[in-house]
Amino acid sequence: MTSLMLRVAAAESLTPLVKRFRFEHPQGAALPLFSGGAHVVVEMPDGEVLRRNAYSLISDPQDGSGYEIAVRREDGGRGGSRFMHGRVQPGDQLRISLPLNLFALDLRARKHVLIAGGIGITPFVAQVRQLLRMQLPFELHYAARSRAEAAGLKLLPDVPQIHVHISDEGDHLDLGGILSGQPLGTHVYTCGPEGLITAVAEAGARLGWPKTVLHSEVFQAPPPGRPFAVVLARSGRTIEVGAHQSLLEALEAAGVEIDWSCRGGACGRCETQVLSCHGRIEHHDHWLSEDDRSSQSRIMPCVSRFRGETLIIDR
Amino acid sequence: MTIRFNDETFRDDYSFRNSAEAIRRFPFPFDKDDYMYSVNMEPHGTGGRAGSVFEKRFDVDEHYVAEMRDRAITLAGDPLRCQSLPHMELAGWDLLELIMQCKAEDYPELFQLHRDGDRWHWINRPLGIEQRFTFLDPTTLPCGPLEYITRQAQGDFAVLDQREGNLWMDAGMVTSQADWSLDFDIGMNFFEWHAPVPKAAEMGIFQRALKFLLAVQQGAPSRRLNWTMTVNPRLDTSPENYHLWGPEKRTITPENVGAKQYLRVELQSFWRLPRSNALAFPIRCYLIALEDLVTVPKWARRLHRVIRDLPDELADYKGFAVNRQIIIDYLAQFDDGKPTSPGIFADD
Ligand code: FES
Repeated sequence: MTSLMLRVAAAESLTPLVKRFRFEHPQGAALPLFSGGAHVVVEMPDGEVLRRNAYSLISDPQDGSGYEIAVRREDGGRGGSRFMHGRVQPGDQLRISLPLNLFALDLRARKHVLIAGGIGITPFVAQVRQLLRMQLPFELHYAARSRAEAAGLKLLPDVPQIHVHISDEGDHLDLGGILSGQPLGTHVYTCGPEGLITAVAEAGARLGWPKTVLHSEVFQAPPPGRPFAVVLARSGRTIEVGAHQSLLEALEAAGVEIDWSCRGGACGRCETQVLSCHGRIEHHDHWLSEDDRSSQSRIMPCVSRFRGETLIIDR
Repeated sequence: MTIRFNDETFRDDYSFRNSAEAIRRFPFPFDKDDYMYSVNMEPHGTGGRAGSVFEKRFDVDEHYVAEMRDRAITLAGDPLRCQSLPHMELAGWDLLELIMQCKAEDYPELFQLHRDGDRWHWINRPLGIEQRFTFLDPTTLPCGPLEYITRQAQGDFAVLDQREGNLWMDAGMVTSQADWSLDFDIGMNFFEWHAPVPKAAEMGIFQRALKFLLAVQQGAPSRRLNWTMTVNPRLDTSPENYHLWGPEKRTITPENVGAKQYLRVELQSFWRLPRSNALAFPIRCYLIALEDLVTVPKWARRLHRVIRDLPDELADYKGFAVNRQIIIDYLAQFDDGKPTSPGIFADD
């Protein structure tokens, strides 16, 4: 994973729960540009633990002067967002991976329809800038509970293509209405809670849209679960995975070299062969094929867990 | 470092020659005495072994000017060798920036790039080109950005769009290919354009290679070497022109095999492009006559063993089955059976 040590240039509250952070190169060097929808992974040295969380970039993809992210504080979460909110100050230095895009615009589209729920607005902030610059037809629908909670309002430009739906004000997303009447060749991108993504997929299916024009990104943190043990075939060691730890984090803590990129079950980098499995792998990724999943021959350590007697992996 | 550019041809009288220096730095592709089809990737980028073709990101060598002249001839006869589907223009600009920036940084005495916001000024001394243009404005270049920059960069270039968990051959400049056609492959996905490779498909190699490529990150390019055999130093061995080069395979004799039979090595690299998220796939071709290759004893021994022990279907697939025995007999003279050192580089 290629990364850069960057300086926190600014930290600002957008809403009571969402903070924006800006990172710049300590010597002022230009940062690599990126495409709308890309994310970076931020490393947080939190005492004994090294936390790593992925965040969508919300700054202008064509502006290499800095990277910006928006972090929502998850009080019941694993601690990464609390660390960002409570501990990170301007002037601090953090290690940030180079951008990677697993949620890119399909530039063949005749039109782009972007649908965001809550903090799922973040990848679209950069995409909107890209679409405006390339003068491509699009519309964005942004659903939030209340204006006070809608961090995106401070991040989006004031253009007629953007429609805000505040449910407290009685304005709910009408997916059927949004999707019907779009020109042939439209692509739809959804980011937000799992329920929203399912609803868009269902509305699309009802209207006969091909699956390949429906794109989505679930914002997934590694789900907690029961602690479990894993045997590492190469060293013969057994390691314990804590309830709030991912298998990937446990491997890293044990000093095992393992490749990763998204830490959210989407990029495929951490894919690991399972040599023996007596029990059930709880697959939470969006990467493995149905065959790999049901045969329990592979596991994605960044999000997936295990329940049962023994799991031996090729690490 | 100064490079003397050869005045040479890759067709008709085939005056192409490798200098002693070019032979020494040739990317010999076999790191062991036996060959298995594989997709062994390694990191590419600055800091490769000094003097080797891996030292710079886009290697420029003594054949640069002549190769660009040969590309222009091929394009004049067949403009479809360079194509870019409409959604790939941004990727073309990404590639233009990548190549200009790398060349200007790696070969400052040959290339210069001055940027003032979007107003760029490019100087290519070996080709005598000076161009002022506006980045991302195609009307300020004589042709599209992909064609513009790849007329000034050795090797073929495929530009792959990434979507639906696959890679799509949606743009490219292909004039020095080992028997494949951009016009045929354009718009195909990774599995479609690889379809004819024998054996490897069963090994699941392609699935793994695709997964690797989908995850190539910005700033972390990778590379691999591939190889085949070509009669005469011909860059354009395209299916479209098979009638021109196919019959030349029949001209190999035990007397001329050393001079006319070439090992053809492709240095393939993979680069994530920033604005478009596309994957650039440069395929740089290096040619060496067997009589030049055998001046390096380690390579002579090893190439003999590889060609001798190669499965028949691979020799068929690579298109040199008809001359295989003549090649083996020629190389056998230089193989005394001694062990070879590991790795691809010549012994000092
Ligand atoms: S790190 Fe991306 S799938 Fe696990």
